[in-house]
Amino acid sequence: MTSKIVVTGLGATTPLGGDVKSTWAALLAGESGITTLEQEWVARHQLPVTFAGQAKVPAKEVLAHKEVKRLDPSSQFALVAAREAWADAGAPEVVPERLAVEFSTGIGGVWTLLDAYDTLNQGEARHVSPMTVPMLMPNGPAAAIGMDLAARGGVRTSVSACASSTEAIANAIARLRSGEVDMVVAGGSEAAIHPLPIAAFASMHALSRRNDEPAKASRPYDVNRDGFVMGEGGAALVLETEEHALARGARIYAELAGGAVTSDAYHITAPDPEGSGAARAMLAALAQAGAKPSDVVHINAHATSTPVGDIAEFTALKRVFGDSLSKIPVSATKAATGHLLGGTGAIEAIFVILALHERTLPPTINLDDQDPAIQLDVVTSPRKLADGPALAISNSFGFGGHNAVIAFRSYEG
Amino acid sequence: MAHSKDEILAGLAEIINDETSLPAETIEVGKSLQDDLDIDSLSMLTIMTDAEKKFGIRFDDNASSSLVTVGDVVDYIANAQA
Repeated sequence: MTSKIVVTGLGATTPLGGDVKSTWAALLAGESGITTLEQEWVARHQLPVTFAGQAKVPAKEVLAHKEVKRLDPSSQFALVAAREAWADAGAPEVVPERLAVEFSTGIGGVWTLLDAYDTLNQGEARHVSPMTVPMLMPNGPAAAIGMDLAARGGVRTSVSACASSTEAIANAIARLRSGEVDMVVAGGSEAAIHPLPIAAFASMHALSRRNDEPAKASRPYDVNRDGFVMGEGGAALVLETEEHALARGARIYAELAGGAVTSDAYHITAPDPEGSGAARAMLAALAQAGAKPSDVVHINAHATSTPVGDIAEFTALKRVFGDSLSKIPVSATKAATGHLLGGTGAIEAIFVILALHERTLPPTINLDDQDPAIQLDVVTSPRKLADGPALAISNSFGFGGHNAVIAFRSYEG
Repeated sequence: MAHSKDEILAGLAEIINDETSLPAETIEVGKSLQDDLDIDSLSMLTIMTDAEKKFGIRFDDNASSSLVTVGDVVDYIANAQA
């Protein structure tokens, strides 16, 4: 069975906005979601990085008190995003056994784990909250969504660092194509703006240190880029088979045409400079979509704004698209959102879906002086997408040598 | 200094309110924790952990099985601080 898989619901809470509409509007307006951290722990720990992409609308302002108390922030973002996506899909009546969740984090409940460790260090073991384990586990966000939507067709979390939520979306394809389930809520979230992950990422020189200009710090492809910017939030897609969507009269945003993962087995953190694993993932996702590289009209790049990573991805893109790469408009939206780690692939998937649905490619801010080693057509202000069938891909790569790519096609009905 | 039972009830009601969002004034000694207040076992353990910190007492490891009503918890805390 080769039924099409379609996207019928979108939800997100990001550094740009508390929902999809406000996030997309801020992205098109060229806004930055990156701000200075005002928390007292920045000075207390002498953090070398003093800014991040904090969620524009704190989840605790949206959720019930009991939910905030029993869920790690990563699960709170997940629930906010999934509820919006489900409502956007029309909150359909479904057989619980035919609804699944594929929802990822890269790190999981890091606030819960470290708060519990602080409690332990301050006193006795018996003061550690009994909720610590269910709140810290990386599948906590997926489980929270599964319980909220009564999804009994399987709830799964793929953990592959910053490729996690793209992998989660790719995983949904097999579940739907096999006929095991009719619908999947897929995506990812992260809430790691905590002093320890900031200190740890800073120690490996992965983060930008542009402390005096936070809104300019995430600058993929710019010659003066100096690292990524941590972000937080979550994003969710409602995916279903085309028959199921048409039967219930759902609004269809786009087709999820393909998804693939590969691995580098090269280095635990550094990307393979030849880009062969990333290229294989792109080609495999396109093959699954029944498409050729020449069909691609838009790329949402992983492009984290690290000196090494942006070049490695460019090398991989050259392998796949050759000389025609210079004609494909590329958006690097982490410039505005920061890097949501395990949630990043899901929010970027939404940007690709909306680009196809709204026929508008989102801008890459902060590209003042494009790196001459990266010859790409980078979209720097919103650009209309020509009429006609359109295929776009979103790349995500993660520490561990994970490469995940998903392909979306405009839905022509 | 030992707390009176009224003080314990008021403090316990604050803890239960924080855990369950139930209004503090509805948390009365005769109420069943499970049947009336819908407190599950994990919430009960959280409430006991919070009460230990608030009142400076200790629950025995198997105490929760004997705590059926709000009043049972108030009495347990009153005795434990004695």
